[in-house]
Amino acid sequence: MPPVELLLMLLLLATVIVVARLKDLFAAAMLTGIASLLAAGLFVLMDAVDVAFTEAAVGAGVSTVLFLGALSLTSRREKQERNRILPLVIVVATGAALIYGTWGMPVYGDPEAVIHHHLAPDLIAQTEEKIHIPNIVTAILASFRGYDTLGEVVVIFTAGVGVALLLGGLHRRGKEEES
Amino acid sequence: MRPASRVREMPVLRVIARALVPMILLFGLYVQFHGDFGPGGGFQAGVIFAAGLIIYALIFGLGALRRVVPPILTERLMAGGVLLYGAVGVVAMFLGGEFLNYSALDPLTTGHHGQHLGIIAIELGVGIAVASTIMRVYYAFVSRRPGGAGAAEAPGDTP
Repeated sequence: MPPVELLLMLLLLATVIVVARLKDLFAAAMLTGIASLLAAGLFVLMDAVDVAFTEAAVGAGVSTVLFLGALSLTSRREKQERNRILPLVIVVATGAALIYGTWGMPVYGDPEAVIHHHLAPDLIAQTEEKIHIPNIVTAILASFRGYDTLGEVVVIFTAGVGVALLLGGLHRRGKEEES
Repeated sequence: MRPASRVREMPVLRVIARALVPMILLFGLYVQFHGDFGPGGGFQAGVIFAAGLIIYALIFGLGALRRVVPPILTERLMAGGVLLYGAVGVVAMFLGGEFLNYSALDPLTTGHHGQHLGIIAIELGVGIAVASTIMRVYYAFVSRRPGGAGAAEAPGDTP
């Protein structure tokens, strides 16, 4: 593994361990943001700039603020958990399952991997031919997969409505300024 | 006493926020409309735009943000963004193509203009929906109940 990736991985690992051990939720929220930023750095090194962009904006930016907003509604310190074995078992089992899953994946950067031969050449060729914009990711998300993206926007909309109904109360017609 | 009220009196934060927030909003617009050429697109742009406005609220108070973007406006824009996206698809149908087939948006040339137009329009819909949803979620959190950070600002916030 190249040194920069290794450094980011180690920093990420250290951050995550500290987050798990911290009792101060304010500091934990901040460190979660830092973990997101480190992950975004890793994505940039893997040439996944669009994903890195999203990770930095959502993970390091907005979700940290929303964590803080949630913290202001509850206490700042975590309660001492009485049963500490069960959460540990669940986390280790989930982690082990995820790592087991990666054994089935092709080696990172392998040009022979299925994903590079199934649809990708077609999409790359058609982006140039039919859509004619340089960013293939945008072409796929916005045009080839327009239905999917419409569905995603509806999901975001639904999530917003759900949060507003649960926490804030939506505005009703005729009851304009009140919340 | 919550530190939130003291944060707002720090001159360094206020000056830096005053300089940074317009930059962040401008960068959001750049990411929005440059998404077909560089990394980014409607989703990232919406998040950045909303983050810029939330920073504004953190420094200058919730009341200041309410005057710029009233909560009711965020609700309307949430639906408006989704409707804009869907409307592009319907317009494409009326012009003789399939739903969301942007090539139909430009019937005179058989080529890329319709695709460009369609992508810009739906990315704008995505950006509007994402930005307003995040703002709405933020409003939902901060105006939850007295004693919270948002409520600490809400009553005495009109200057």
